[in-house]
Amino acid sequence: MSAGGDVLHGEDLDDNPTTEWSVSSIVTTLVPLLVALSILQMVSGTVLETFEEQLLENPSLLILVPVMIGTAGNLGSIMCSRLATQLHLGTLEFSPTNPDIRSNVGAVMGLAATVFSLLGIASWLIGRALGGTLGLGTLLLITIVSGMLLAVWVVIVSTVSVYGSYRLGYDPDDTTIPVVTNICDITGVLILFGVVWVVL
Amino acid sequence: MVGHDSAADVYTQALPVILISLVAGLFAGTLLGTETMREGIESVPGILLLLPAFLATRGGVYGSLGARLSSGLHQGVIDPHFEWNDRLRNAVIASFLNGMIVSIFIAVLAWGVLLALGRNGSLLELVIILTVAALLSAFAMLGVLLTVIFKGYRRGLDPDNVIGPVVTTVGDVFGVAFLLIGIAVAGVLL
Repeated sequence: MSAGGDVLHGEDLDDNPTTEWSVSSIVTTLVPLLVALSILQMVSGTVLETFEEQLLENPSLLILVPVMIGTAGNLGSIMCSRLATQLHLGTLEFSPTNPDIRSNVGAVMGLAATVFSLLGIASWLIGRALGGTLGLGTLLLITIVSGMLLAVWVVIVSTVSVYGSYRLGYDPDDTTIPVVTNICDITGVLILFGVVWVVL
Repeated sequence: MVGHDSAADVYTQALPVILISLVAGLFAGTLLGTETMREGIESVPGILLLLPAFLATRGGVYGSLGARLSSGLHQGVIDPHFEWNDRLRNAVIASFLNGMIVSIFIAVLAWGVLLALGRNGSLLELVIILTVAALLSAFAMLGVLLTVIFKGYRRGLDPDNVIGPVVTTVGDVFGVAFLLIGIAVAGVLL
């Protein structure tokens, strides 16, 4: 079971605490990971760069970017860590009638609805102060539609990756959260600008 | 019952963290939307291109430093009273190096993507901006993170619960602000 694997993994790490805390071992572990991540993030960067003109014209849209990136990753990590914990506890059953899955999905949808409605209002207010012209209705349409699409996407990606990691025999705590957070960050930007492109 | 939280329970537990990240994101976004920053974005091709990678990198570097120090405190291999022992020094130096190496890599990568998109970009300008931004981020993030972890730990706060919100809240705001300073420095130097 993956819980047993966890314990063994911890013991392995404790065997050599001196190399584990050496500068070269930390740098050589993390740099390749961060480099790969940066290459992936260029996808959302390219989308931002493509929409540069609209972003500069409408500061409200620029305000949306960091929130969209952050919230997408947050929702993904909540969904994944809950599914992973339920998997470890043995209460997880991948079925739409499972009460755990239902409450995870319900919570993610509710959180997205709350955050993205507030975001629409806040970006409108701040955008106006910064000299933007986009209306409240348009911004709410953009944030709520892209937020809810994102929530559905987060649910799908998290469930599929926790299930996949379980089937492949990896502990979803180690594998899915970094992967899903980054996938959600990147697709968050893609979804946002997909909606912006349709609305504007 | 364990493992059977209702949707409302999950919602209430997660809402504070999500709202903190909303407020932090709005701060960072407001900085991005200011007149000065928009002028910077307009005058330096590639800033928007490297923005997501730059912000994600700092989350990765300082989030993992925080997690490492927090595990070290829990395991007792790091002393809860702040003093420069080898482990702490190594972890801090390593995260500084990680931040610098990856940020400069991002500058080069962004320049490459600009070329591939058929746009003009100055490699030197992007490298200067990211070096300045990464350097300032390192000082600010290390200062905040070490203070919060050690002071928090002595007051009974579990660093595992604090690092995430601190890194996201402080990180994005500092990140955007220091990019702006980097743009100004590059403007003076070039």
